[in-house]
Amino acid sequence: MADDLLTYLAPATIVTWHRPCTRFELDQPAWRLLVERMAEADWSLLGLWADVDWIHMALRDEVEGGVAVASVPVIDGRYPAVSPVRPGAIRLERVIRDLWGHEADGAVDTRPWLDHGRWPDRRPLSPHPVATPPDAPTAEAYAFLPATGDGLHQVPVGPIHAGIIEPGHFRFTANGETVVRLEARLGWLHKGIESLMQGLAPADAARLACRISGDSAVAHALAFARAAEAAADIRPPPRADWLRAVMAELERIANHLGDIGAICNDVAYAFMSAECGVLRERCLRAAAACFGHRLMFDRIVPGGVAGDIDADQVGVLRRLVHGIRPAFRKLIDVYDNQASLADRLVGTGTVRPELVHRFAAGGFVGRASLRAVDARKAAPYPPYDKLDWPIPLFGEGDVNARVWVRIREVEASLDLIDALLDGLPGGPIAVAMPARAGEGLALVEGFRGEIMTWVRLDAAGRVGRCHPRDPSWFQWPLLEAAIEGNIIADFPVCNKSFNCSYAGVDL
Amino acid sequence: MSQWPITLRRLFAPSLTEGAPPADPAGMAQLAAAVDSAARRRLGRSLALRAVDAGSCNGCELELHALANAFHDLERLGLKFVASPRHADVLLVTGPVTTNMREALHRAIEATPDPKWVVAVGDCAAGTGVFAGAYGVAGPLSSFTQVDLVIPGCPPTPVQLLAGLRCLLEPG
Ligand code: SF4
Repeated sequence: MADDLLTYLAPATIVTWHRPCTRFELDQPAWRLLVERMAEADWSLLGLWADVDWIHMALRDEVEGGVAVASVPVIDGRYPAVSPVRPGAIRLERVIRDLWGHEADGAVDTRPWLDHGRWPDRRPLSPHPVATPPDAPTAEAYAFLPATGDGLHQVPVGPIHAGIIEPGHFRFTANGETVVRLEARLGWLHKGIESLMQGLAPADAARLACRISGDSAVAHALAFARAAEAAADIRPPPRADWLRAVMAELERIANHLGDIGAICNDVAYAFMSAECGVLRERCLRAAAACFGHRLMFDRIVPGGVAGDIDADQVGVLRRLVHGIRPAFRKLIDVYDNQASLADRLVGTGTVRPELVHRFAAGGFVGRASLRAVDARKAAPYPPYDKLDWPIPLFGEGDVNARVWVRIREVEASLDLIDALLDGLPGGPIAVAMPARAGEGLALVEGFRGEIMTWVRLDAAGRVGRCHPRDPSWFQWPLLEAAIEGNIIADFPVCNKSFNCSYAGVDL
Repeated sequence: MSQWPITLRRLFAPSLTEGAPPADPAGMAQLAAAVDSAARRRLGRSLALRAVDAGSCNGCELELHALANAFHDLERLGLKFVASPRHADVLLVTGPVTTNMREALHRAIEATPDPKWVVAVGDCAAGTGVFAGAYGVAGPLSSFTQVDLVIPGCPPTPVQLLAGLRCLLEPG
């Protein structure tokens, strides 16, 4: 029991071209032992993805903090499953099967996930795709988990929902108004981003990374850039690191403001939505004025950033921060004293800390249920290694707690932008990406939580394989738990309080 | 604190809402070509919009949401978002149309009563944007249905969206 993750993996073969953490190659028996060991060890699953004939798994030792990637060869199309010990792996194994055809031995759930039976080819990422048979079961034929009992009825919702929202199907089993079970069926937005990225120069693949989930354009582009830079073994100049962080914090503030307003709006408190909408719009306008795009698309490029800011633009950001701070404080005062909001949001959509821990869910979902992991602190990347700020932590796990995490994070990010502008170093804003082979893994804190992106560059410096893992992978399953015992009418507000990305997991 | 001090101050402060941009001339030309003027008259000057995400990255949705904020205030123009395609005059489609969403999109278009307009919002719906050539993409939208108006951009800004949507309100 004494071993930490890195000590445990030490006897395995080390892959020397993987950065910054170590990648270990295991044979299938050793991988089986690792999975067995994971049943007891506090090693959280950061990602599980496939390559042509390998399965890779990123883990973090929650006690010691070490991060490592373990890899196992796929033999005869099979590898030992991880889902029996990590429920967060269930959908990832289903995706690996849908995209590559690799079967997980002992998998908890073998139903398809992204493959709705509509693509021209099955296992589209494998070197040997097969044509989808014309009679393949489509999404309608999907076997939802059964729920039986007196007076139960099903309510199917989606993929198209009321409102301006991404598509997904939700199957509620209800007893009267009360939800007994919710099962989500996603994959509607699957375009095939991972396959599009293959063979592209990192600068071109970065444009796709930006559009994995538009609300996290900065965070995903940053994760991709950092992974590609690690693979090529280069560092961006310090000024680029600091400008990237300014953008990342601005994105976080804008999204949190939007969410706080939308959550209140879902319980008919339009005032908050209107006021937060004004503050959010001010953020987007400042982003356009300083970085040339309201959502800061294509501003982060492998090697640095696409543009610099001058003294006037620093002034725009300063005024933004100093304008939002007092206005936001007043709104929080209103939020805190509105009995009708408390009545609807306190105790609604509760997730227990144990469950959050089992799925290693991050962001506001984790931090509202006592899981403090924040990629900016867990393995600090520049410039966060030079900054300090509080990480909010709540234990109630309800909608209200998720709002409070966002509130505290807006406040912290406003202060961070001030600190970033104070410390902004001079110098160049980008370096060229060399044509060099390698593998890199990056962990970046987006507004939803920790993004993990893995990149393999080939000898020409092009993307051989890229896997971006959105934080929503480990949050979506918890939404199903959060809604249990709540009324169907509260689903929108629970869903909004999670605000999981559909595009980010469908890819 | 209650909301009233803030609301009161808003009442006496200058309005945040900005003048709406004029109708985009390129959009006017497209509409004139796509829809006969009788249908345009019937649709009138107050329109119900329904957004359908057919594979977007969600960037376009963020800017559609921004149309409702105090700066843009879409509803003053007589345009409002409705919850069902059955109540809609206009379908705003975003995304390159994924293979997995094609049927749902088709059903939404069918469910929208005639006369209706289909608007492609963003570069993805206009063509297939950065997702061109992906195996999961069945688009572009124009290969399945008549597209009456295109509002390009990645994503289009709220001002570009307003300028495009205003075309729908101009007499044909
Ligand atoms: S046009 Fe741009 S913002 Fe809109 S869905 Fe496509 S990639 Fe996203």
